[in-house]
Amino acid sequence: MTDNTQSFQFFNRGPSPAVRLVFFSVLSLLLLFVDARYRYLESTRSALSVLVSPIQRLATLPSVLWKQAGDFFITQRSLIDENKLLHRQHESDAAQLSQFQALQQENQQLRSLLALPQRSGLDAQLAEIVYAERDVFKRRVLISKGADANVKAGQVVVDDIGIVGQITRVYPWLSEVTLITEKDHAVPVQVLRNGLRTIVFGAGDTSQLSLRYMPISSDIQNGDVLVTSGVDGIYPPGIPVAKVVKIERDAAYPFARVVCLPLAGVDKHRHLLVLSDLPKLPERPVEAPSATGISQSSKTAHKK
Amino acid sequence: MPYLAPRNPEMQRPASNTFIVTSVLVALLLNGLPWEGVWLMLRPDFVAVVMLYWCTHKPLRVGIGLSWAVGILADVADASLFGQHALAYTLLAFGGAMLHHRLKMFDLRQQTTQVFGIFALTYVVYALVNWQVSGYVVWPYLLGCLTSTLLWAPLGIMFQAVRQMRVDNKGI
Repeated sequence: MTDNTQSFQFFNRGPSPAVRLVFFSVLSLLLLFVDARYRYLESTRSALSVLVSPIQRLATLPSVLWKQAGDFFITQRSLIDENKLLHRQHESDAAQLSQFQALQQENQQLRSLLALPQRSGLDAQLAEIVYAERDVFKRRVLISKGADANVKAGQVVVDDIGIVGQITRVYPWLSEVTLITEKDHAVPVQVLRNGLRTIVFGAGDTSQLSLRYMPISSDIQNGDVLVTSGVDGIYPPGIPVAKVVKIERDAAYPFARVVCLPLAGVDKHRHLLVLSDLPKLPERPVEAPSATGISQSSKTAHKK
Repeated sequence: MPYLAPRNPEMQRPASNTFIVTSVLVALLLNGLPWEGVWLMLRPDFVAVVMLYWCTHKPLRVGIGLSWAVGILADVADASLFGQHALAYTLLAFGGAMLHHRLKMFDLRQQTTQVFGIFALTYVVYALVNWQVSGYVVWPYLLGCLTSTLLWAPLGIMFQAVRQMRVDNKGI
């Protein structure tokens, strides 16, 4: 006797949709987990990006052509005006630059007198934003310099005013810049006015930044400029990052709420500078039991 | 039982593989245009609409596996986490496979209300994954599933016209 309840299949169509759904969903979830947690798949990603990048180039072609057409039909009048403006700018910059060089010279001498390590100069290469992130959840841009131009993950990206972000992923011809406004992106900073050290975090859903864990009593004011402190060894010291725009001090909370706006045109420009790697800082010493009696006793007191 | 001719003859028109591949590539290209600000929020997910079209019209040729592969490509193009689009498109294709018998009997207006559910599911899954990973949801992002649904009818008419043109050319 054959089983009549089982339907006879004329055509073999492989596993049923439900089976496929479960299989591919589990596969996707597995990939998500591996990618979010361990980042093993970067080489696969850059291999696949070679497939996708022609489509992406094609998508940005209209705007590039439009710009080139605009460049072609530019008038002589506006060129002369721009040239004049640039000349004036150049003269004032040159005066400042000579002053800067004198100061740098002086700083070097003072540092060698005090036996401090010298601050190294920075090399930068110009890169163009190829396209902005199309994912509304993320604050990233892709720039036109990749592994071919010796860009490495972790390098700092600036514009003419201040910090814009950091390279997080490198493809063969492109690299991905995470902007400082990305959620939880941290930059160690100093308040320019009084040297107060703190860390500025991106908010993610707005183009604002915030200072967390600032005690209510801390000396910070509206309009304070935050510059990089350089204590992490990644961001070079002294580059402007943000400006404080709002401070809420509520006695019910231990920390003040400090809102800042980035100084650099994080969402604006087309050209960015990728700074070269900083010289490595000496390794952080491993915490060893100290020899002095005071810290010993404080440690034992802590254990109790 | 008399044979019920589908009210929507579009379903039975042939479609070449070249046409399917080209449409998916064009959709990836449209997704890749430099959308910004409000327009990015309102942008329909062209790839999702095209994949759902093929999953409902040619379910034997375009299925869950292919949708997953296209999702991986979309993940690379968007620099999102691997599997984020892939998971969303897998669910989309499953919804399409479930609905394709029903959609055959509906006209475009009725189809639109049906596909809205699938797009909403796709968008919610994508937002949910993001919420798990980064901890917040950009609510206006969900507007995209409305515009994607509105795109369904124009896209259907356009693809129908292209496929009809090919049939006519072959007839001559």
